[in-house]
Amino acid sequence: MSLNIIVLAKQVPDTRNVGKDAMKEDGTVNRAALPAIFNPEDLNALEQALKLKDMYPGTKVTLLTMGPARAAEIIREGLYRGADNGVVLSDRAFAGSDTLATSYALSAAVRKIGNYDLIIGGRQAIDGDTAQVGPQIAEKLGLPQVTYAEDIISAENGKVTVKRRIESGVETVSAPYPLVVTVNGSADECRPRNAKAVMKYKRAAVPSEVAADEEKKAFVEARPYLQIGEWNTQTVEADLAQCGLAGSPTKVKSIQNVIFTAKEARKIESTDEALEDLIVELIANHTIG
Amino acid sequence: MANFYTDNPALKLYLTHPMMEKIVALKERDFAEADKYDYAPRNYEDAIDNYDRVLEIVGDICGNIVAENAEDVDHNGPKVENSRVIYAEGTQKNLDATRKAGLMGMAMPRRLGGLNFPITPYIMAADIVSRADAGFENLWGLQDCAETIYEFADDDQKERYIPRVCAGETMSMDLTEPDAGSDLQSVMLKATQKEDGSWVLNGVKRFITNGDADIHLVLARSEEGSHDGRGLSMFIYDKRNGGVNVRRIENKMGIKGSPTCELTYKDAPCELVGSRRLGLIKYVMALMNGARLGIAAQSVGLSEIAYREALGYARERQQFGKPIIEFPAVAEIISVMKGKLDASRALLYACARFVDMYKIYDDIAKERPLTKEEKAEAKYYSRLADAFTPLAKGMTSEYANQNAYDCIQIHGGSGFMKDYACERVYRDARITSIYEGTTQLQVVAAIRHVTTGTYLNKIREMEAESVCPEDEGVKNTLVFMTQQYANAVQSVMGVKDSNYQDFMARRLVEMAGHIVMGYLLLEDTQRDASFRKSLHVYVNYGQAEVAKHADFIGNFRPEEIENYLIKE
Repeated sequence: MSLNIIVLAKQVPDTRNVGKDAMKEDGTVNRAALPAIFNPEDLNALEQALKLKDMYPGTKVTLLTMGPARAAEIIREGLYRGADNGVVLSDRAFAGSDTLATSYALSAAVRKIGNYDLIIGGRQAIDGDTAQVGPQIAEKLGLPQVTYAEDIISAENGKVTVKRRIESGVETVSAPYPLVVTVNGSADECRPRNAKAVMKYKRAAVPSEVAADEEKKAFVEARPYLQIGEWNTQTVEADLAQCGLAGSPTKVKSIQNVIFTAKEARKIESTDEALEDLIVELIANHTIG
Repeated sequence: MANFYTDNPALKLYLTHPMMEKIVALKERDFAEADKYDYAPRNYEDAIDNYDRVLEIVGDICGNIVAENAEDVDHNGPKVENSRVIYAEGTQKNLDATRKAGLMGMAMPRRLGGLNFPITPYIMAADIVSRADAGFENLWGLQDCAETIYEFADDDQKERYIPRVCAGETMSMDLTEPDAGSDLQSVMLKATQKEDGSWVLNGVKRFITNGDADIHLVLARSEEGSHDGRGLSMFIYDKRNGGVNVRRIENKMGIKGSPTCELTYKDAPCELVGSRRLGLIKYVMALMNGARLGIAAQSVGLSEIAYREALGYARERQQFGKPIIEFPAVAEIISVMKGKLDASRALLYACARFVDMYKIYDDIAKERPLTKEEKAEAKYYSRLADAFTPLAKGMTSEYANQNAYDCIQIHGGSGFMKDYACERVYRDARITSIYEGTTQLQVVAAIRHVTTGTYLNKIREMEAESVCPEDEGVKNTLVFMTQQYANAVQSVMGVKDSNYQDFMARRLVEMAGHIVMGYLLLEDTQRDASFRKSLHVYVNYGQAEVAKHADFIGNFRPEEIENYLIKE
């Protein structure tokens, strides 16, 4: 029994050790000052996929990332650790995407990849901390989802069993697949790079990375395992109106530095009434709206 | 996200030493496997890039996993249950990480599942691992034993065992017995050939590192009635076949994560390696030489951590209103530690390059006859490797101990407590000058090269190299030291008394060591100025040591030896 797994990964600025120049004057992230890294919880997600590959030989792990061509580094990083191949979704039309437009683009790419059993991503990215993209993809693809996963225990006979980290402890749930799982940072750390894989895949590239160098281009073209997919809006047949800025209802009005001062926490029951009350309150105090 | 490779630029400098170009080209047979294996290098730059990337993995695992687990492993250690060893939890995690990273069988050929790395980058990995946890290096470094299988076992054995090592199975070398320590000729473990031609082992081994390994190399007496080294043969024991049990593990002072086992063999099935009777005189000698280089790497890694811990503490610790590193008495200790560390590393990698050269030629000689020039070169490097291995093992392990001692001294009273890493480093370092042959035995192996002039010839070669004007002064000092050394050798050899010569041997070997290490640092400084400070500090130190020995030898009347020999 083997699985087809898509791992969603994002290249993010390393916001864990920020210096003074981490933010620009306009309040946006100064990407030049921060090294680009594999989003940490996406590495936890990759480990879950690789663990399933160890458990179910023949399993194929495909990495999917959206970003500029240099995000191919994320795919290579995955190949070094045991992923089978990857796709970089890259198009100027995706620039400025909020979570809705991102999940639209990624779900279009997932459809294009097709024939998947599990889609696994990190809970959230450290540059945005929204935790929205995974669940939105599940919604768009009409799939069930399990969030805050700490361990995907098994995936057999059309059913996955997942241990998830919840506020009061852990719970183990089962769900039919295909489905989306988002993985918590408390899950196992990703395995190290593998020596042979690093030597094998160090020249893997998307076409645009090698386009300018005939020698490199020919080398990659002769070796299918070095070819990382590079897809655009046309490849995934995306509706341009739902992509990038055009597809992003989120508008950043202004950005302020916030020092946390909250002194109390409130627990909201997960009922429609309680959620409605919360929304009304947030609109009333202009937190949203 | 510590990385013990990228944070230590000296390693990269040795990885790109000028001799590496030839080593790599020979090792890769002019890159003949480039299109056969998707991970084989295409040219020299590609190969170095491969080593660099793989060492970065080693540095990552060591910085973030092995070093993090070191304290727990030291504290909890392995245990024995039902005659089997259970590693400490951290040790198991370290092994899992290194296996998943594919860091076993690094020097083995690709067709047997290895990475086909030369010894030099492999030893670099051992240096890095030892800085993180010297005890873990013992388990990881036993992959060396695969080298002995590769060199001396038959093709069938190579194909059955080496891929398993590359896939992560661990090894042990079962040599020592209760009555056969330094004197391995006394090994008693009995190998009996049955009527069907197969062999079984019976007896006891003691002090066996990782004695519950998957695959063992065992030295045993195959020739009934024999009493010396010529009655011993080498065997492979496969744990899957059963017959060897762990009676107990030792409670040691240091390297506590590495299980040191007492083993009982009861009709344990095994396979003969190579020819009978060559077990000790040929195979164990080769095995030991590889292991000694490994201990030199372990010693350098320990010196590195000792230096870093001392430096870090001296910068932070404030007394009399300033960090203690600002006091010359403290700064001197740390600078000398660094000098010894850098000198040790220079010697380690020089030795590794020599070993690479002759071993690769030996391997090529199995494929085709060597040319006359190649044969001469192989012989030249084989001799240098033979001379430099005991020198490196002896000098670096003594320096690891000295640096560990000084590291505690820098920490003062705090260093005596269990709260800092330095006390573990101190305990771990202690074994390096004992196992795989004590320093005294390294002197026995090295003195031959004092008397036959191997060291002096190499020193003269290095003397002939030109240096930048800035370093002329240091070079003159080294030339002077060499004269003192040559005089001392002549004077000692002039006295035809073997007790006297044995008594003076260590002084002569040390003198050679100081000069060789000084020249190596001088050579490294020509490539990279970052070595210059250590060059000066070390040569100052070595100059005083050489003078001290020259003085002692010069003032010593041979008949005074009676005051030192203890006869009842």
